[in-house]
Amino acid sequence: MTEARGLDALPGELMMWVLIVSELMVFGAGLTAMLAMRLTDPASFAAAQEHLFQTGAALNTVVLITSGFLAAQALAWRRAARRMAARAALAGAAALGVLFLWIKGAEYAAKAADGIGWDSHPFFTFYYGLTGFHAAHVAAGIVLLLLVAWRDAPQNIEAGAMFWHMVDLVWVLLYPVVYLLG
Amino acid sequence: MKYATQKIALAYFSVALALFAIQIVGGLLVGYVYIDPNFLSEVLPFNILRMLHTNSLVVWLLLGFFGAAYFLIPEETEREIHSLMLAYLQLIILVVGTIGVVLTYVFNLFEGNFLLGKEGREFLEQPKWVKAGIVVAALIFLYNVTMTVLKGRKTAISNVLLLGLWGLALLFLFAFYNPENLALDKQYWWYVIHLWVEGVWELIMASILAYLMLKLTGVDREVVEKWLYVIVALALFSGILGTGHHYYWIGTPGYWQWIGSIFSSLEVVPFFAMMAFAFVMVWKGRRDHPNKAALLWSLGCATLAFFGAGVWGFLHTLHGVNYYTHGTQITAAHGHLAFYGAYVCLNIAIFTYAMPILRNRDPYNQVLNMAAFWLMSGGMAFMTFTLTFAGTVQTHMQRVLGEYYMDVQDQLDIFYVMRFFSGVAVFIGVLLLIYALAWPRREVITDDASVPAE
Repeated sequence: MTEARGLDALPGELMMWVLIVSELMVFGAGLTAMLAMRLTDPASFAAAQEHLFQTGAALNTVVLITSGFLAAQALAWRRAARRMAARAALAGAAALGVLFLWIKGAEYAAKAADGIGWDSHPFFTFYYGLTGFHAAHVAAGIVLLLLVAWRDAPQNIEAGAMFWHMVDLVWVLLYPVVYLLG
Repeated sequence: MKYATQKIALAYFSVALALFAIQIVGGLLVGYVYIDPNFLSEVLPFNILRMLHTNSLVVWLLLGFFGAAYFLIPEETEREIHSLMLAYLQLIILVVGTIGVVLTYVFNLFEGNFLLGKEGREFLEQPKWVKAGIVVAALIFLYNVTMTVLKGRKTAISNVLLLGLWGLALLFLFAFYNPENLALDKQYWWYVIHLWVEGVWELIMASILAYLMLKLTGVDREVVEKWLYVIVALALFSGILGTGHHYYWIGTPGYWQWIGSIFSSLEVVPFFAMMAFAFVMVWKGRRDHPNKAALLWSLGCATLAFFGAGVWGFLHTLHGVNYYTHGTQITAAHGHLAFYGAYVCLNIAIFTYAMPILRNRDPYNQVLNMAAFWLMSGGMAFMTFTLTFAGTVQTHMQRVLGEYYMDVQDQLDIFYVMRFFSGVAVFIGVLLLIYALAWPRREVITDDASVPAE
């Protein structure tokens, strides 16, 4: 057998890599556009950002990274033929995903109660757009994690974990730029 | 021809070519109206001519896709088409519907009639009975090809083609919803036309291109399939939310400006991938296929689609740019090269590949066919450039300096004249092409009287 080269050398499913790169391009473009808009009016962007619930976002970062750890652990356990442990880890990762969405939902509810909508300020258009689009990926990821916990072939778990790490990674990019930068 | 039912494709391709000729005549007339605005204004007003030009384009492309499916699905599935009779019935319904539409447009028959009359829309304008006929024809078609695929070998090419064709038919259903509100009418119209040309048609395009590459270059199916899946994923990922680039100024919420800008910018990627795919396959390919013209059209398709749909699309897709260029001749430039590159060239590539096989002869008249390629593609490229310059001048005078629309139009006259003559070049190319594809049966046409005429 010849040594794998080029795209064949990538671990996991090629299509998942195509998806991951595409998602990073979309979120990267969104963040870049937001920063470019911010340059045109830094003061009012900073003022709008003051309204965000930064503690909740920090908590969510911890939740999501822990969840990502569990997904990675699930793959290792599955490869070591510990199927039940792997399934439990996937269920745990999915449960933390639900917790993430619950905290995010509370954050959105608080914004709505303050009368802040997507068109209150350009900052909030990006805030709702980027975090909302990310939350939709979290929801999809939860379904995917449960699906691979059920059909638990190692390559399935690998694909699920790859998707979930992409969701993690995107959050880690969003969190500083949307919540902290100022 | 390995399978007898592939013959169906010949009927579809012939009708498609006839409609293509009509479309180009329509284009010439519309192009001439730009030079001489009162030309035919009583008999065939501009809006009717324009509708004929665009709608006959869509219909002949669809007939070409159907024909392509009937041609390649037997080879891919290694089965005869499920029903020959249904395939011809489908064609008859489509032809009757098309004639019905044209007569209703031109003579405005049955004004105001719910079932038979026009709907009074700018786009998706067919009488209800024709719309229903299109759905019946689509159902017949889907039944026919799906049954064939289910019984036979399943390949990535036939699966992707089927996915594209199902999507095409299902999305057409939005044409039945005709809301009072003009903004909503536009919104749903894009569900049909955008999700066609920047969504499911790309799947059809990628699968037909993959089939042609497989046949013409002899590259392994495994390699072709990997490319095909990646292209399909990229097309759907960018194309679906890319619909947002039509929602900038029609009254839809402002977040569409960002969603549309970001996703539609990425629509360049699948077109680039298709171009890379075609060229890499040719470089890797070991086969020296005699049908050089089909290869030329395939490569031309991938290249001009990248420029027309990809580059010229990106040119005005960002909402900050589109704020100024919306609805100027920039749009017309993009529309012409995108449709020509992506879908016209694709159809002609499969016609050029299939027609000699269907007519049971070697691929003769390659030189004439290739001359037609260069004449048509050169004409379309020139037209795209003149319209791009016209659009740039128009954008500046009308949108930046704020001059009156008709005053600006007077200034664009020189571009419209050049556009008309590039259209004439395309028309001559089309005539050459149709002759090369449909007429000669012998390599050398002789004037020897002892040889019977065709």
